[in-house]
Amino acid sequence: MAVINRAAGILAKLPGGNIAIAGIDFLFNWARESSLYPLTFGLKCCAIEMMATAAARYDLDRMGVMFRATPRQSDVLIVSGTVTKKMAPVLRRLYDQMPEPRWVIAMGGCAVAGGPFWDSYNVVQGADNIVPVDVYIPGCPPRPEQLIDALLKLQEKIHKASIKDG
Amino acid sequence: MSDLASSSASAGETSLVNQYAIVAVFFFIGLAFLAALLTFSRLIRPGRPDPEKLSTYECGMKPIGQSWGQFNIRYYIFALLFVLFDVEAAFIYPWAVKLGQLKLFAFVEMLIFLAILAVGLIYAWRKGTLEWLE
Repeated sequence: MAVINRAAGILAKLPGGNIAIAGIDFLFNWARESSLYPLTFGLKCCAIEMMATAAARYDLDRMGVMFRATPRQSDVLIVSGTVTKKMAPVLRRLYDQMPEPRWVIAMGGCAVAGGPFWDSYNVVQGADNIVPVDVYIPGCPPRPEQLIDALLKLQEKIHKASIKDG
Repeated sequence: MSDLASSSASAGETSLVNQYAIVAVFFFIGLAFLAALLTFSRLIRPGRPDPEKLSTYECGMKPIGQSWGQFNIRYYIFALLFVLFDVEAAFIYPWAVKLGQLKLFAFVEMLIFLAILAVGLIYAWRKGTLEWLE
């Protein structure tokens, strides 16, 4: 628990403290949702759609989304593609190496539940068997607009977070 | 302007102190800003270190071996030569400021200084230390 979370616990008991907490929440959540840095985790075909979303026509940079190559500097992990049993430990290790606050978006049918390859010998049926997922995007592959919609939904989820919960 | 500042007794004694004071204030404000930023960051970040999170990043693989790479020895040699000639340049700067007043004697003295260092440079050159590859 960071100092700010304990301070929120104390502030909640003071008169008018909740207003201060709401203000601080607004500031923190606005900062976090406006600068979501994804870790480049393209596994299969959904990665191409992710690249297309980041490119000029659907531009993710205007949403503050900048792809980072290292988990240390990223906020969100976009699992785009089939998670195989060989790749599963890599996915888990990279998720573990991301600092909080961190979120996961499962992009495409394979990351959601195994997709068209659900009964293959080497496929993990969904990334949520490995990492906790916040937003699921169905599709094979989902259109760039759907990825943008998922990021907007993640921003809505972040908007509801509070420093009282830690 | 610097001539004015160095002849402290006569014209601009306070201006010299003021200039250094301004630099000192900048320095301390910079230091205080950095300390404030780092402290603020420490207070608000959700720091939850665990052994997995602190492990070395190796593209998701288990880290194998040492993380120290080997450096080319040439970097050391170039750094050494750089330090030598950078100190030489640092000596030349105040000489250049005062050359107008000191005239020929200082000029010849500096030429002797540069000649000694040039001998060192020619030695390094002939020894092949300026080549990057063997």
